[in-house]
Amino acid sequence: MNTEIMGIALMFIVTLVLAIPLGRYIGKVYSGHATWLDFILNPVDKMLFKISGVKPEKEMNWKEHLVALLTINLIWFLLSMLILMTQGSLPLNPDGNPSMTADLAFNTSISFISNTNLQHYSGESGVSYLGQLVLMLFQFISAAAGMAICAAVFVAMKEKVTEKIGNFYNFFIKSLTRILLPISLIVAILLLFSGTPMTFKGKDQFISVQGDTVNVSRGPVAAMVAIKQLGTNGGGFFGANSSHPLENPNYFTNIIENVLILLIPIAMIFALGYMINKKRFAWMVFSVMLIGFLLFLIPSVYFELKGNSSIANMGITQSMGSMEGKEVRFGSAASAYWGITTTVTSNGSVNAMHDSFTPLTGMFAMLGMMVNAFFGGVGVGFLNFYIFIIIAVFISGLMVGRTPEFMGKKIEAKEMKIAAIIALLHPFLILVGTALASHLFSHNPTAYASWLNNPGNHGFSEMLYEYTSSSANNGSGFEGLGDNTAWWNISCGIVMLLARFLPIIGPVAIAGILAQKKHTPETAGTLKTDTGTFGIMVLAVIFIIAALSFFPALSLGPISEYFSQHA
Amino acid sequence: MKKHILPALKITALSIAICCIIYSLLILAIAQAAPNKGEGQTILVNGQVKGYLCEGQSFTRDNYFNGRPSAAGYNAAGSSGSNKGPSNPDYLKDVQARVDSFLVHNPGKIKSEIPSELITASGSGLDPDISIQGAMIQVERIAKARNLSVEKINELIIQHKEKPLGGLFGTEKINVLRLNIALDTLK
Repeated sequence: MNTEIMGIALMFIVTLVLAIPLGRYIGKVYSGHATWLDFILNPVDKMLFKISGVKPEKEMNWKEHLVALLTINLIWFLLSMLILMTQGSLPLNPDGNPSMTADLAFNTSISFISNTNLQHYSGESGVSYLGQLVLMLFQFISAAAGMAICAAVFVAMKEKVTEKIGNFYNFFIKSLTRILLPISLIVAILLLFSGTPMTFKGKDQFISVQGDTVNVSRGPVAAMVAIKQLGTNGGGFFGANSSHPLENPNYFTNIIENVLILLIPIAMIFALGYMINKKRFAWMVFSVMLIGFLLFLIPSVYFELKGNSSIANMGITQSMGSMEGKEVRFGSAASAYWGITTTVTSNGSVNAMHDSFTPLTGMFAMLGMMVNAFFGGVGVGFLNFYIFIIIAVFISGLMVGRTPEFMGKKIEAKEMKIAAIIALLHPFLILVGTALASHLFSHNPTAYASWLNNPGNHGFSEMLYEYTSSSANNGSGFEGLGDNTAWWNISCGIVMLLARFLPIIGPVAIAGILAQKKHTPETAGTLKTDTGTFGIMVLAVIFIIAALSFFPALSLGPISEYFSQHA
Repeated sequence: MKKHILPALKITALSIAICCIIYSLLILAIAQAAPNKGEGQTILVNGQVKGYLCEGQSFTRDNYFNGRPSAAGYNAAGSSGSNKGPSNPDYLKDVQARVDSFLVHNPGKIKSEIPSELITASGSGLDPDISIQGAMIQVERIAKARNLSVEKINELIIQHKEKPLGGLFGTEKINVLRLNIALDTLK
């Protein structure tokens, strides 16, 4: 078999082999069960709890969880604004990079606390090393916050009647010390010995073989790349993200970095199976997500390996596939694989430029973000999927004439209203944002000429992609978009903010309300939610809600572009 | 909300201590044992730094193997791709111009032999590699420019060819910078 295809098969197998035991481990961590790292981490956590004054055994109800989450995020936002707007005159700035403007700092701060990592700046020139370290801090803590809130929902899904669903700070600190930090440390070391730099020295300069003077940006790269991949963050150290040779030096590091994209999102499903003791249910969720993922992956790999048909028409043989925006050391297949893994999860790092993908690969990348629940972001991916489950339970309940019940709890009007609003929020933010931007552009194309790097349908795709990425808290981009302007900084900032917190508040509220309800034991008349039939039902709901609401927009963008190439 | 402000502040301060300071310093300490102390692996010629091992640099002359087109002009302090869409007419003109220029510099070659990576810009603008075919197709031009035999240069390519990982996974490629430095030592 082709070595490029073998490469992506290897990456997926390695991911699964690691994710299943990791999921069990994560389940143990959140359940407070013993794990093999206890001997070293129990004293560490104890000390952290003591200093912070957190009582981990003091459980919270769902509202307290949300207040805790929102309060700490507000503090992070203020901290981030402060540092980014003054970094130019703070220490650790050997390259003399400037402070950010207010609108760029607003966008970047929301982007990093919301686990999006949309970057309207370029790492080499837009942030100091202190700024990079602070952004790295948010890569850790925004991921830990998402996982902590997801753990609370897992606790709420247990079959008992309760108000209290664990302690937010407890889940948060344990996510950091027991999951994110140990894995990041191992990965950073592996990257370090494969050629990724870790230094606080500024730019280097040398004379090249042909006699040109070359400046080389460096920095504390290895530390940041590990957590940016692990925590579905995606914000790269350098402008070119993981296509940059220092950020991702070879095929081996590419495997590591790509495995990390899917690792925790998949592991969380198995953590759920462990915590609520329903392995079959976890496998149902996994299978639905896997089918959705493969539906996007397979055609994308095919189209990238086949090459750009406009270039084929010139009489060029593209034996390596479509190579615009790609690196030779990864090849087309591994670039397409990364492109889809990074968009179905809310990672958003890239190892190839998505703007230059062939039209339909670009569409599948967008679809991954439009669904945003085929594995999804760390923690929040499952919360999005949870909404689809609730809707599927309700609809199938109506179809077969049974009371809609999920995990022994009746789903009623209030929960359904919340689920419907959250499910519609995502298309609303994306389509309204794109419509407004298109309106501005089409009524004054000269004033906004710097926005689009490509004409016609592809230019529309650049705007659609930007809002899709913002609303999915993804952070990748069709980077041709000239996005460091007040319009894009502020509008994307608002979209990221709403799209981060409302889809957390909704599922937590539903899970919290359900947890308080009376538990009805399963009977022969109960709708089973761990079967293949139910899985197909969920897939159908996802398809109807997500895919169909975006179909008109996608036809104006990538689908039209595809047909224009084949006219 | 009030009762959550104090714990939130304390936890944020602790997170800074663990994630920014301890974590970074730990990796920085380990970096001292890594190649070139984690400052990026360089290639030395006669004791002078001639480049970074994994970063491509601009080779435009006929007597060197040319690397891939770069939207960043091989600026190692400002990486970027072209971000051109696949159907963009201006972009397709650029590609056509690269094809034409390649054929002028490499007489006797035909269009369908040119591997696509030589006429498309890389993702980072710093791609260090080309395919083996991408090197082979330039041999005659270089042999002529340097007055060397074709066989000698072909041998150099075979020496510098990098197999897929473990022979099984990924692409086969060749590092342009290392190849050109070796080329300079050929007599």
